[in-house]
Amino acid sequence: MASVILSARGLTRHFGGLRAVDGVDFDLQTGDIHALIGPNGAGKTTFVGLLSGRIPAQSGTIALAGEDITRLPAHARVKKGIAYTFQITSVYPRLSVFDNVALAVQQTATRDLASDVAAALSRVNLADRATQTAGTLSYGHQRLLELGMGLALRPRVLILDEPTQGLASGEIANFKQLVRSLAPETTVLLIEHNMDVVMDLATRITVLAAGRHLATGTPSEIRANPAVQDAYLGGHDASA
Amino acid sequence: MRIWTLHLFTLAVLAVLLATLPPYHATNLARILVLAVFAIGYNLAFGYTGLLSLGHALFFAAGVYGAALPITYLGLPQLPALVAGLLAGGLVAGVTGLLALRTAGVSFMIVTLMFAQAGYLTLLYFGPVTGGDEGLVLPDAAALLPGLSADVARATIAYALFSAALLSSLALVQSRLGRTLVAIRENEDRSRMLGYNTFAVKLTALVLSGLFSGAAGAAYALLFGYAGASFATIQYSILPMLWVLMGGAGTVLGPLVGTAAMFYLVDIAGSYTTATLLFVGVALVLLILFAPKGILGTIRERWLTWLP
Amino acid sequence: MESAVTAATLALTAVGLSLVFGVMRVVNVAHGEFFMLGAVSAWFITTWVGGPAWASFLVALAVAPLFVAALAALADRIVLKRLDYEPEATIVATIGLMYIFQQAALSFYGPQAMPVEPPFNFRIQLPWFGYSAYKLSVILFATLVLIGVWLFLTRTKAGLVMRATQVDRETAQAFGIDVDRVYAGVFALGAGLAAIAAVLIVPIQQAHYLMGHDPLLLAFITVIVGGLGSLRGTIIAAVFIGLSDGLIAFFWSPTLAKILATLLVAMVLVFRPQGLFGAKQA
Repeated sequence: MASVILSARGLTRHFGGLRAVDGVDFDLQTGDIHALIGPNGAGKTTFVGLLSGRIPAQSGTIALAGEDITRLPAHARVKKGIAYTFQITSVYPRLSVFDNVALAVQQTATRDLASDVAAALSRVNLADRATQTAGTLSYGHQRLLELGMGLALRPRVLILDEPTQGLASGEIANFKQLVRSLAPETTVLLIEHNMDVVMDLATRITVLAAGRHLATGTPSEIRANPAVQDAYLGGHDASA
Repeated sequence: MRIWTLHLFTLAVLAVLLATLPPYHATNLARILVLAVFAIGYNLAFGYTGLLSLGHALFFAAGVYGAALPITYLGLPQLPALVAGLLAGGLVAGVTGLLALRTAGVSFMIVTLMFAQAGYLTLLYFGPVTGGDEGLVLPDAAALLPGLSADVARATIAYALFSAALLSSLALVQSRLGRTLVAIRENEDRSRMLGYNTFAVKLTALVLSGLFSGAAGAAYALLFGYAGASFATIQYSILPMLWVLMGGAGTVLGPLVGTAAMFYLVDIAGSYTTATLLFVGVALVLLILFAPKGILGTIRERWLTWLP
Repeated sequence: MESAVTAATLALTAVGLSLVFGVMRVVNVAHGEFFMLGAVSAWFITTWVGGPAWASFLVALAVAPLFVAALAALADRIVLKRLDYEPEATIVATIGLMYIFQQAALSFYGPQAMPVEPPFNFRIQLPWFGYSAYKLSVILFATLVLIGVWLFLTRTKAGLVMRATQVDRETAQAFGIDVDRVYAGVFALGAGLAAIAAVLIVPIQQAHYLMGHDPLLLAFITVIVGGLGSLRGTIIAAVFIGLSDGLIAFFWSPTLAKILATLLVAMVLVFRPQGLFGAKQA
């Protein structure tokens, strides 16, 4: 059986009276492509924010390969191998594409920065744009650059927050191929609204609703789960 | 390659100017070079890392007194005193940063301003030791390099210090650390999620900035034979900001260009009016309104995109 | 008595600074210079008008704040608006304005300190102590102005518009509020309050082109200790600081008191950014 690389127990975060994440237990199996879905406001982004350390947890624990990382600040978790790519594209728009990726590569034990950056860029098909200013790239290319930066960190766990949002269908196909090629070295956790992508890509799915854990299973199990159908059809936007 | 050529060429021109200018102008140039080292330090924090400090007078004054007090009270020789001033600048910047870097933006500006103000008042409070507003008179610059005249010694030390500062700042901004500083200026949140301990990096930047500022303060005191509390006034926090804004924030040669431009602007204006601070004020407002990138920043944007 | 006068004028100055920060998010480093300009223009006005002291003083009290407010509105239009109120850029710009105002005062007014005669000069003799009637009236007048500002902000449409803009600039704009005019108005009001405080204080302190420094520092301390942008906190802090001023000076030298005060401000910003009296935002 595959081992658990990242796990959460009783993870909780309230904002004022709002229970954004409420006592969630979660296990991420090594080598999986694990999708996190749920209606709008289910607490998905807050949940991965807690995992990545961008938001401090109020209670509960998080462990990476058995090591408690609940109290570690975000940057230390990245160093331990949890990479996070932003929901809203967040590259350095005024720096060159090369510098964007170099900032990630130089965080790893690299001997030859230039060639490692070139390798990371060709992985996301941006090798010919190294000298371009990142802000002048097309939106799809910026998303690829963002992904390339996450990959260049050589993470054990890569968290992708709505990676296909705003991409054209051809770009989505490329993206799916890329993510599939990461397994099994890199474990992927992605928040995704596009159900076609989820059902096509994910080996396992977790459903959150109103800050609580609703179900975890394979795509077909989730599809057949009545509680999940309720959560999605019970007045919420079915496509969300 | 052309980057290093340009900077070495600049240093060569400065050497020729120092050797050939008449003493009055050579002394002015030495003054500009030392103040430009201060501006280089300020630029590391503000131009590259995006830390807009209003308290750098404190680091400059730490250099001034870090050198002047041991000379006056312990009889320390001049060159070790220069090192003491440099270290004092870095140390004070480190302590300031540990507290002030918990804030950002406007709060950071006010906290650094308040620290510098407290430092200035402390210098006044211990007036019997520091000389307060009257200051302390130090030995002539000739004492730095025995056997040379004061003018030659001053020019030599100023030039050596500036060259070291310029080349080390160039190496720094082209290094991985330099790239990280810029990343924090551009997007601190993203940098954190690339695994950078942004607090530690900003503290490093501020300490480096303080080392440059301290070295400049110490050299200024030693070369011109005077240490006074006035070096800790807010004016000495505003001036490096002005020089850097004028020359171009985030450019290696900008501090030199801005310091020289502002020095001669005030010098020329000073022969017409006593209200020289008016020019400082007008220059600040005009720069922030119409040329926030400064001289070299604009040149880099338009023509020389490779300029570091 | 001295402390109460300090508290009253400090409250006026600090509320001006606090309003500008609260509504516009602008840290106005030139605020002390608006104070100074109020005092200096009071001297010019009383000198030009002549006549009995009370008459020329009343003219100054009416005209000087208006003049300073107009100048501030002009500065807002010419400089701050063009910077789109970007916080760091506006600080740099107001530092520039500070030097410009200072040097303008030096050029037109000169380096000497000059007094303005108080409008009336008798003492109210009580059995145990004598009070200067003028100082009492300063406290009274400052309190009235503060009440007026409070009524203006809470009871008038213009005040409502200002507070709406403070809460959310974009929404205010969407509701058809002319944010540019509100900002110019707030900046003018803030400067005008500092100028009123200065006119009230000149008969006691004399006008000088560098006199803006201390009020600026004190107002900063007050606004930060009271909680950035909170008017109520600002006034409480002003009274507290004004009254303790005399007390502190009794125990320590003024320099040491200033050192402690500036460090206090820095520490408040680092460890309690909501101010000593402000509640933590949820």
